[in-house]
Amino acid sequence: MDIQALHDVVHTSRDARRQQTLPKLSPAERDTLIKKFHPDHREAAYRPVVFGPNEGEMTVRELASVLEGDSVVSEDLPLTPDYEVDVLVVGGGGAGCAAALHAHGQGAKVLLATKLRLADSNSVMAQGGMQIAVAPDDSPVQHFLDTLKGGHMKNDHELLRTMVEEGPSIAKWLLELGVLFDRDADGNLHVKKGGGSTRARLLTCSDYTGLEIMRVLKDEVLNQKIQILEFVAAVELVSDEHGACAGAVLQDLDNKRFVVVAAKTVILATGGIGRLHIQGFPTSNHYGATGDGLALAYRIGAPLVQIDTFQYHPSGGVYPEQLVGQLVTEGIRSEGGHLVNGKGERFVNELDTRDVVSSSIIRECEEGRGVRMPTGRVGVWLDTPLLEEEHGEGTLDKHFPAMVRQYARYGVDIRKDPVLIYPTLHYQNGGVKIDVNGETSVKNLFVAGETSGGLHGRNRLMGNSLLDLMVFGKRSGLTVAARAQTIPQGRLTLNHLQRFRAEAKKHKITNQLTSPVVLPAYTEQP
Amino acid sequence: MTDSFDTGKAVSQEDALRPPMVTVEIAGKSFRVPAGITLMKALWYTGHEVTRGAGCLGGFCGACATYYRTKDDPKVKTCLGCSHAVEDGMSFSFAPAFPARKATYDLNKLENPKQDLFKLYPEAPLCRNCNACTEACPQQIDVREGVWKAVFGDFKAVSETFMDCVMCGLCVPVCIADIAPNLVGVYASRAYGVREMEKPPGLFDRIQAIADGQYDDDWDRILKMTDDELQQTSATIKS
Repeated sequence: MDIQALHDVVHTSRDARRQQTLPKLSPAERDTLIKKFHPDHREAAYRPVVFGPNEGEMTVRELASVLEGDSVVSEDLPLTPDYEVDVLVVGGGGAGCAAALHAHGQGAKVLLATKLRLADSNSVMAQGGMQIAVAPDDSPVQHFLDTLKGGHMKNDHELLRTMVEEGPSIAKWLLELGVLFDRDADGNLHVKKGGGSTRARLLTCSDYTGLEIMRVLKDEVLNQKIQILEFVAAVELVSDEHGACAGAVLQDLDNKRFVVVAAKTVILATGGIGRLHIQGFPTSNHYGATGDGLALAYRIGAPLVQIDTFQYHPSGGVYPEQLVGQLVTEGIRSEGGHLVNGKGERFVNELDTRDVVSSSIIRECEEGRGVRMPTGRVGVWLDTPLLEEEHGEGTLDKHFPAMVRQYARYGVDIRKDPVLIYPTLHYQNGGVKIDVNGETSVKNLFVAGETSGGLHGRNRLMGNSLLDLMVFGKRSGLTVAARAQTIPQGRLTLNHLQRFRAEAKKHKITNQLTSPVVLPAYTEQP
Repeated sequence: MTDSFDTGKAVSQEDALRPPMVTVEIAGKSFRVPAGITLMKALWYTGHEVTRGAGCLGGFCGACATYYRTKDDPKVKTCLGCSHAVEDGMSFSFAPAFPARKATYDLNKLENPKQDLFKLYPEAPLCRNCNACTEACPQQIDVREGVWKAVFGDFKAVSETFMDCVMCGLCVPVCIADIAPNLVGVYASRAYGVREMEKPPGLFDRIQAIADGQYDDDWDRILKMTDDELQQTSATIKS
């Protein structure tokens, strides 16, 4: 097909669109639009969880099935430990590495297991930066209030205060490890302003903040000779006779063998859920973001919070195929870029809030005004050449060099042609309920990072995820190291699994999924 | 994505629904795959189970280092398989994990990081300038230059050169001097951060202020508020 012909709709309608001003919606109109089109309000996509700690609560069907899923482990699996440690960390992203380093630093015997390679994670992709209140005109209290506003006032106050107050000491720790944050001429940390924040508060390493942090943390985990198992996934937790966590059953993805770990404490740092493709959405997430920690914690009895809310970023790539689901900077819209449907019309004030913009894009596509690509994907245009016309030739090269390169690699010149976008599943706002040390309602089971819930309320503020990982990775790591000195290793049982299966049977669950999912089923089956 | 899309109401896009197919060779075996998909998706499409060699799927983690060659071109090139499209006649193989040696060190205890480089990575100064590492880099980093800067002790320049490095390791197997340039880069970059960068004074002032309880009154006030009061307060903060 001729993609150029589709572009022409954008080019020929540009002059007319430039004369238009689209009003922001009234509160009532926003409500109606969001309730009708925002994925969080699609009743058909939700159902109550049938049994377990969150019985009766609504969540998306994909997650409900994962939570009610059955284990690959049979109850008579011999629980002879292959490893005996103080701390088992599950996950090798930002939270896992921070937890492992802090626990190891306190002398705990740590084992870190990850189903991919160490540092393969969402953390490594974080470009925007890390919110820490270090500027003179800023304070942890301001950071607290901004985050609360972003989270629709639903954030856990105690968790949030802990995060913002420990932010500066996290920056110090990372600097001491050699992370090269951008600096001002006077040697102070350079801060940028993020969406939804009243102060410049984003610490950055150009637009490679997550990559730089993860390169350093991975190198340090290896330097400290912390024991690592790669391509080994956690498939079940182990409980003692009192119901506390006492280790885990892992599965080696190469030879499929089970690996039993006796651990005084377990930290789940398994990240998010994007690869479950909630409601069929593409995602900006990494290959392993299948919500494994949620399933594991749920089966052993830890309740989850705010599991009905997810973040859909308005501008995920649709075409070319290599960029599907990947983030396209919001800056284009901030600088006046139009969103244009398949008929060459604008349909929303591009600077309205994320939920409104995402909802309106979905509306256009569902009502047949989207643009379908050879790959079968649908989206709306983001008119990038408009910026060159509005602000002069060279504007995109000067202000959006990364995006120009991002598309140039695939033969798309965003200075000459528009790009196609559609909302992409970006972040799991809720997760396992934790206290300020990352401990769940199940004793000796800790959760850090995106797998946990409560901190971000109903919408995470940009730049708060990297800080979340570091603060609660650190706190859980320090807590388990201290705990390990005071408690004996619990007896290894699968009592919780027996109870869980009895519950499933009682509720007549059929077509039970196997969870955790571990890796998405992308491979075409014959 | 939605199935309720109605092509009748939008620009006519009938052709769009029939993607053309191309022929590619994966690890020496020929397959037909839809044009325009990534090398990674070509693996899934052709029934390969992918456990190793897939990570962030966004071009940042370096897990999917790939060798490829396009039709009739003798030159074998490199890319990240998650973010590169198939072409008709292309031949590709995902790179296996390469057994490079990583030195271990405590950056705070090193006597002189610039000299210690030669103890930790004695092969680093043996670069023979073949430039194969630079040619192998899918991130277009001047890797050879970065290695020389490390050898000459300009660690600041190394950190800038390697900021785009995704640690895919494609520079390593091509090195005839057995240097692992990406690991040399991490070492030099971290050593620069730990040993050469000045401490940011504002950060330490803020840490002290928090420890001294400078914000305690604000916290007391804020944490006593009802949700409505909190909402009012956060709405009135000026940017």
